[in-house]
Amino acid sequence: MTAALIFEQILNGLQFGLTLFLMAAGLTLVFGVMGLINLAHGSLYMVGAFCCAWITQQTGSFWLGLGGGVLGAAAAGALIEMLVIRRLYDRDHLDQVLATFALILIFSEGTRMVFGSMPLYLNIPEALSGTVALPGVEAYPIYRLFIILAALAVAVLLYLLISKTRLGMRIRAGESDREMIAALGVDIKTLYTIVFALGAAIAGLSGTLVGALRSVQVGMGEPVLILAFVVIVIGGIGSIKGALIGSILIGLVDTLGRIFLPIILKVFMENASANSIGAALSSMLIYLMMAGILAVKPKGLFNAAN
Amino acid sequence: MQQTDTAPKPVTMPKLNREAMVNFTVMAILLALPLWASSIGEDYYVNLASLITIFAIAGVGLNFAIGQGGMVSFGHAAFFGIGGYTTGIAAFHSFEETLFMAMPFAVSGTNQMLIIWIVAMVLCGIAALAIGAISLRTEGVYFIMITLAFAQMIYYFAISWPTYGGEDGLSIYLRNELPVVDAENALTFFLICFILLLSAIFVSARLSGSRFGAALGTARMNETRLATSGIDPFPIKLTGFVISAMITGLAGALFAELNGFVGPSMLSWHRSGEIMVFVILGGVGRLYGPVIGAALFVLLETYIGEWTQHWQLLLGLALLGVVLFARGGVMGMIAGRARHD
Repeated sequence: MTAALIFEQILNGLQFGLTLFLMAAGLTLVFGVMGLINLAHGSLYMVGAFCCAWITQQTGSFWLGLGGGVLGAAAAGALIEMLVIRRLYDRDHLDQVLATFALILIFSEGTRMVFGSMPLYLNIPEALSGTVALPGVEAYPIYRLFIILAALAVAVLLYLLISKTRLGMRIRAGESDREMIAALGVDIKTLYTIVFALGAAIAGLSGTLVGALRSVQVGMGEPVLILAFVVIVIGGIGSIKGALIGSILIGLVDTLGRIFLPIILKVFMENASANSIGAALSSMLIYLMMAGILAVKPKGLFNAAN
Repeated sequence: MQQTDTAPKPVTMPKLNREAMVNFTVMAILLALPLWASSIGEDYYVNLASLITIFAIAGVGLNFAIGQGGMVSFGHAAFFGIGGYTTGIAAFHSFEETLFMAMPFAVSGTNQMLIIWIVAMVLCGIAALAIGAISLRTEGVYFIMITLAFAQMIYYFAISWPTYGGEDGLSIYLRNELPVVDAENALTFFLICFILLLSAIFVSARLSGSRFGAALGTARMNETRLATSGIDPFPIKLTGFVISAMITGLAGALFAELNGFVGPSMLSWHRSGEIMVFVILGGVGRLYGPVIGAALFVLLETYIGEWTQHWQLLLGLALLGVVLFARGGVMGMIAGRARHD
């Protein structure tokens, strides 16, 4: 166990955490502005990945695919917002959960009908496929660094969008008092559609970026969705800052826990049981962390309402 | 809430009777069909009815949390799965003749259903106590996400714990036994499930009508009001959550017996969603709603699943339609709005 290994794992954890942030940002934005819990956010992630894989296959260009994935997810988001989600804003959370659960079933089965059950594979573009030497790490995949940088760029852009632009001002106004900004002449329906599509586009971006790292398949969004829930519960629902910090925390704890927990347990017990107990325990680690944080701060670390 | 008990309400009586008639009809059909199927030797349909009955029990459990207590738990698969794994693990050790644990005291497996049911319900109660104690500190959308996250935690634990099959699950080679009757017989097993369903509904109804149920209902509608009347809402809600989990856990134990198998899919979040679907399709807060919901779900899965493998698409559309346009579920459509007592 060297410093280099730890450094590499920290980078991996950061990369994992930042892809979670891309999911959590959209979820927390939609909840903050419209008060909606959207389970189908994972489906938008999947739609992004499938659009990207399909366009890349057709055109041979990953970059076209990436753009198509983001646009495809945004379009799917705008579509379901106008058809379904719009009717749910005034409903209670139970109705929202069920309707968006129904959307998951529809999206998953629909994708399976179009693309089949076999996973698609998305190749990393040549420019990003090599490795790079970092201080202490001999060869770190460039693509993972690219994901880290892209996600950080999205975080900065999102911050600028929300704090510096007119649209961002309206979004913030919608968060604090939706009736008032409607009375002031802002078209609240269109604003909601834009916010939802924006969240969907970021989720789609996350799906395309991760899709190239793993495989693109039906159901790929659901584990990420649940982790994103854990992130925003820890960070405080409605807070983008909380989502960023929460997701990095989750990414690091999960990645480092999986590597180092079995190693630490081996100090106390024999190898085989240290491995199995370590694996079981590290898969529960982030949930235990969530429980611990909620026991102290039931509304998360950075609750937007405070 | 309290004042409505004294005066008779002639206006609502016909609707109440209609719901009672629907309840009676549904239960009569559920009982009659397997009796008939068994008489012509079609055990397949008897098992289908058992499946509906078991899902209905799980739904009755969740319905108590949602309908009575207003606690929208998206993690009831955890209890369904714990019930199932209790059955699987007990049968595994009984079959292998090994000990479940040797320290600090020896615990062996068992093949006695009555013992397994009690152990399963107690374990679910303990798990619900822990999960509820943390989750109920929060409310609304936090509660939904946290219960989901805890269920997912148990799911990943089951997958990464290799002793009991991990991802592959665990087969139960011989159905566990009951005193006197032969549980291996399909019709007998259905009747056991049916009696347990009736018991679950009875318990749920009695609790809802009790002082405790009134307090739980008030906690759903207005926690502050409950607190000002001198009752702390937290222990009331926690108790309701535990009872709900125990009923769903019993359903999980029966599900494992019916399939002769337990696996992580019993714990997956899709299962939590499905249990919620039973409740919503039937009608939230309706005592017999989950029976209708479970029956519709199983029949859709079986018959549309035969016709097309994409039946989940139709399920999704049907569910979307019910949520958007038919609030109150099937029971709401047939029997009118829920009576508010």
